[in-house]
Amino acid sequence: MLYELTHVTKRYTQRGKQIDALAGIDLTIDEGEFLAIQGSTGSGKTTLLQMLGAMDRPSTGRLEFEGRDLAKMGEGDLSELRSHSFGFIFQAFNLIPTLTAQENVETALVPWRTPSEERHRRAAEALEGVALADRARHIPSELSGGEQQRVAIARALVRAPRVIFADEPTGNLDERTRDDIIGLLEQLWRERGQTLIVVTHDTWVAGRASRRIWLDAGRVEAPSADDRPGVDAAAGPIREPVLQA
Amino acid sequence: MFFTYVYRELRRRHRQALLTALGLAVGVALVVAVTAYADGVATAQDRVLQSLYGVGTDITVSQQRKMDEGGPQRFSMQPPDQQKQGKKFNRSAVMTSPGQQSISEKKLEQIASLDGVSAATGSISMNVMSVKGTFAQVQGGSSGGAQPGVQQSGGGSSSAQQSQMQMAPIDVSSLTVSGVDTTDLALGPLSSAQVSSGRSLTSDDASAKVALVTRAYAKQNALGVGDAKKIDGRSFEIVGIVALPSGSTSSDVYIPLKWAQTLSDNKNKVNQIYVKADSANDIAAVKKAIKLTMPKATVTTSSDLASQVSGSLSSASSLADRLGTWLAIAALLASFAVASLLTVSGVSRRVREFGTLKALGWKSRRITGQVLGESLVVGIVGGLLGVALGVLGARLIAALSPALKATMGSSMQLPQGGPPGMAEAIGAAAQTVTVSLTAPVSLQLVGIAASLALAGALIAGAFGGWRAARLRPADALRRVD
Repeated sequence: MLYELTHVTKRYTQRGKQIDALAGIDLTIDEGEFLAIQGSTGSGKTTLLQMLGAMDRPSTGRLEFEGRDLAKMGEGDLSELRSHSFGFIFQAFNLIPTLTAQENVETALVPWRTPSEERHRRAAEALEGVALADRARHIPSELSGGEQQRVAIARALVRAPRVIFADEPTGNLDERTRDDIIGLLEQLWRERGQTLIVVTHDTWVAGRASRRIWLDAGRVEAPSADDRPGVDAAAGPIREPVLQA
Repeated sequence: MFFTYVYRELRRRHRQALLTALGLAVGVALVVAVTAYADGVATAQDRVLQSLYGVGTDITVSQQRKMDEGGPQRFSMQPPDQQKQGKKFNRSAVMTSPGQQSISEKKLEQIASLDGVSAATGSISMNVMSVKGTFAQVQGGSSGGAQPGVQQSGGGSSSAQQSQMQMAPIDVSSLTVSGVDTTDLALGPLSSAQVSSGRSLTSDDASAKVALVTRAYAKQNALGVGDAKKIDGRSFEIVGIVALPSGSTSSDVYIPLKWAQTLSDNKNKVNQIYVKADSANDIAAVKKAIKLTMPKATVTTSSDLASQVSGSLSSASSLADRLGTWLAIAALLASFAVASLLTVSGVSRRVREFGTLKALGWKSRRITGQVLGESLVVGIVGGLLGVALGVLGARLIAALSPALKATMGSSMQLPQGGPPGMAEAIGAAAQTVTVSLTAPVSLQLVGIAASLALAGALIAGAFGGWRAARLRPADALRRVD
């Protein structure tokens, strides 16, 4: 078991009002899983992802990664964990606009103080792995949305992390590109055996996962797709509206 | 990666970077220009003070004379008999500086032996008035005697003396002479003199009838080295021509002290003492000791003189001290604030970027270092620009500033109805010196200015970097661009 969450909550204060982004999550995640986290807007999907990715700490509860409680770790230790064990893919790609594709991939190796020669080599290999070697010297504004997301995937994978987190990785992409990106993620997941946790509102994307959970108002509502009313996992790609009522 | 990232980021935000650099540059330029101006004013003041009593002098001592002491100088121009009618005459009279009483050399020795005194020397300054002309020729009538060519007082003559007097022109000239101690010219009126031809006076000249003349006087009177100069009937050989700093008060002629004492009938006396202290810290104590030795004397230090200086130089000095310093400080603080605000603003726009880097495992200090690096480059550019602007500003100040005047007022109290000519002499005691203002920019000032720019940039970068690094990745990524 890679993760064990016990009654994890997250509370924010916004303009004097208390907001419970997570209202008590109990969840386990095994190594090598491809987990899809679904839910409507504001259900707490991204917050849960950030907790799992050690980008934020729970307000209450236990969040264990390999037996270590992330809630009790200092910022320095969390930073170490992120740099050694986790890779991130964001909806908006979050590439550094002034750096080339290769340099963006290299930013993931900076915390490791990798010598520059090795850094260049590994970044080039990672780009090759996502079929973007010929675009290595282009800056993000010169790349298409799909190409930018491939660069982000290369950046996430260059350190061979234990867990890859993808927050709406296809949210800004057209259908065809979405299929390419998810196909690529799935292929890499199968080849490398990494744990892949994807937040998505897209049922088709979620259908590619080995397990799906549904969040509603900060709680896990349905542990599997079969329990989710109105969703037929066997029916193939189903397009749900981006915004849930 | 570090330098690549810094360069690319500054290139992307070059307008903002330039604006930040310009903000720093303005503050630095003001510091450079105002400091250069203040230094220029201080230099001008030093020049004024040096010209008033020479380089190396820390204290001057003189003694004021009450106006009713002594008598007016009289010229006896009556010819002894009628045979002198139409004959030429030449009279001169030596007058020590009006308002200054003689001081015995014993007092000078006492002062020289005081604690804290490194050296003391005395001088005598005097005016030599010369009158020359031709006795008038009286034609016809009986007159009591030939009259000189000066107008008689009292108006018209009696019918018995109805005679025509053939008026002849009379030349009146005045010469300022200083008697100096030839054994110690490093202190006293000749301390800042430069010999332009011939030689200076030496200790061997103590009893010789030799003289130095100033360049201006020599030119006016077509005098050169080797020529003779008559002073009150005595001939002195000119051994050198000297130039004194422009604006300085100087005599026309300098002769050995012994001869000045003889000409002015002040044997073993001086009327001005120049004192050099062992160090600047001793000046106040030495002044006090001199006052005890000579309670009635006027004892003046350079700072006393500085406080007596009035005129546009004094106003410029006040302006530099009061307004200039505060203006420079205010401008610098404002430029630091502007740089900080612009840096923080730039960092705020990159919160998601920094949040992503933190998510990738970049430590807070690495991110702060990145922002600091960018700020440092901006600071270097701002510093260079600021120094260039500051130097330009200083040059403009020097080029456009009018000549400044410094007036040292006389402290003499004139009784009513003083003798004629005395007012003019007293007015000469209120000395006005004109100096040009410079605005020097030293390497040290450039260094300080550049350091200030870098300091401002580092403050801005540190503040911005801290803002960037303190966010948790989740908070940073939550922000909407």
